[in-house]
Amino acid sequence: MSYSEKTRAMYQGVLQGLMDAGLLKQERYIHSPQAADIEVEFPSGSSLKKVINMCANNYLGLSSHPEVIKAAHAGLDSRGYGMSSVRFICGTQDIHRELEHIVTKFLGTEDTILFPSCMDANAGVFEAILTKDDVMISDRLVHASLIDGIRLCSAMQDTFKHSDMAHLEQKLAMHQDRRLRLVITDGVFSMDGDTAKLDEMVALCRKYDAMLLVDESHASGFIGKTGRGTHEKYGVVGEIDVITTTFGKALGGATGGCVSGRKELVDMCRQKARPYLFSNSIAPVIVEGVLKVFEILNASTERRDKLEWNAAYWRKGLQEAGFVLKEGDTPIVPVMLFNAKLAQDFSRLLYEEGVYAVGFFFPVVPQGQARLRTQLSAGHDKHHLDKALGAFVKAGQKLDILGKSRQEIIDRFGM
Amino acid sequence: MADELKDIVLKYVIAEYLEEGSDPITFDTPLISGGIVDSFSMVSLKRFLENKYKISIPDDQATPEAFDSVDKIAVLVRRFTQA
Repeated sequence: MSYSEKTRAMYQGVLQGLMDAGLLKQERYIHSPQAADIEVEFPSGSSLKKVINMCANNYLGLSSHPEVIKAAHAGLDSRGYGMSSVRFICGTQDIHRELEHIVTKFLGTEDTILFPSCMDANAGVFEAILTKDDVMISDRLVHASLIDGIRLCSAMQDTFKHSDMAHLEQKLAMHQDRRLRLVITDGVFSMDGDTAKLDEMVALCRKYDAMLLVDESHASGFIGKTGRGTHEKYGVVGEIDVITTTFGKALGGATGGCVSGRKELVDMCRQKARPYLFSNSIAPVIVEGVLKVFEILNASTERRDKLEWNAAYWRKGLQEAGFVLKEGDTPIVPVMLFNAKLAQDFSRLLYEEGVYAVGFFFPVVPQGQARLRTQLSAGHDKHHLDKALGAFVKAGQKLDILGKSRQEIIDRFGM
Repeated sequence: MADELKDIVLKYVIAEYLEEGSDPITFDTPLISGGIVDSFSMVSLKRFLENKYKISIPDDQATPEAFDSVDKIAVLVRRFTQA
C-alpha cells in the first residue's frame, strides 16, 4: 500500500483549501426526471423540495419528452444495452451511421462522426487534422473542452481577443507562413450567452486561407430560424469547415457528441481521433433517443420558437426589474452580481423561494465577474417564468441590488 | 536613458493582452504567473519579438519563466540580438 497518511493529509489539505475559499463544488441530488419542475434534496439528507429549474441545458425541453423516452425504450429492446466495443472493431450498428447521416443533413455539412461526448470530440479533433506545421487561433473565451483539445495538439497555439475581428485578422496575417490555419470559436459562448460573428469570421478565413471550427454545443437545435445553429443565424450554412456539438444539451440531454464538417476532415477523425479509436460507441438506447429528437425537430420549429419567446420574456422581465444583464439574444441570460459571495447568497435566497439557479465565479468566469447564469427552456411555461421572476425580485430587494449599476454593486460588495 | 526595447515590449503586451479597464502594468509585473498572458497566447509574443528583432528564440528557451515580465523578456531578447 502506498497511500500513506502523509499522502492522505496532502489531499485533505488541498480540499480544505477549496472549502475555505468557498470554491468547493457540491452536488445537489435531484429525485425526479430533468424538467422545468424538479424535486431536489439539498443539502444532502434534507427533505425533497420542489423547485423551478433555471440552470439546465435542457433548452428544448426534450430531456424527458415522452416520445424520446419511448424511442429509447424501443431501441433498448431492438438493439440491446451496450456495444462492448469501440466503433471500428465491432461497435458500429446501422443506427450509428443513420444518426451520422441525419446530423450531416441537419447541420448542412458533408459528413459526421459520432463521439462519446462533445468533450471527446473536442479532445480528438485537433490532433487528428493538424500537425506541428499548422497553427490554431482560438477566441480567448472558448470552452474548456476546446482548450484541452488544443493542448493535446502539436500545432502552434495562438489566441485572439474575444470576438475582436480586427485582432483575429492581425493573427491570420501574422501566421501566413504556417502550412494550415484553423480558427476556433464557440458558436454561442456558454458563460456570456453571446454569439460568434460567423459571417465575418467566414469572410476572414476565406481572405487568409484558414479553416473555421465552431463548437455549437449551446446552439444546435435552437439558434437560427430552423434551429440549425449559429451558422444559420449568420447565413453561413455550408461554409463552416468543422462543427463540433453535443447531444447532451438541447438534443435530448443524454450523452454523445460529434464532429461534422468537410468529408476529409471527418475521415481523418475516423482514422486518428483517439477518443473515437479508444472509447466505446454511444449506447444504442441513446442513439435511438437522439434519432427521435431529430425527427421532432425536423417536423416543427415549435419548440425553438417557444424557447425564443421564453428567452425574450425572461430577459425583458429581469431588465425591467433592474438587474444588470449581459447583452445577448440567446436562452443564456447571465445576471451579473460581480462578487462571488453575493452570487452564492443570491442563489441561496432563490432556492428558499423555490428557484434553482447556481452562482458562477472565478475560476469558471474571470475575477470580479461573478454571476448567476440563467438558462431558458421550451419546457418552461409562462407561469414558471413569472414565479421565477417574482423570486428574483424578492431576492434582489433583500440584497438591495435592484436598479443598481455595476459600479454601485462593486462599491458595496467588492469584486 | 530611456529603454526603447522595454517600451516597445510593454506597449505590445498592453495592446495584445490587456482588456479595457484592466489594472496598469509595469516592466516588472508578472505576466504569465500573474495570469495576464496564458501559455497559448505566449506564442504571438514570441513571434512578435522574433519578427521585430530578426532573431530566433529556441523553444527550450522560450519558457514561461523567461517571458514572465517585460524586464525578463528584455534580457532574453538582448541575449540573442547581441549574440
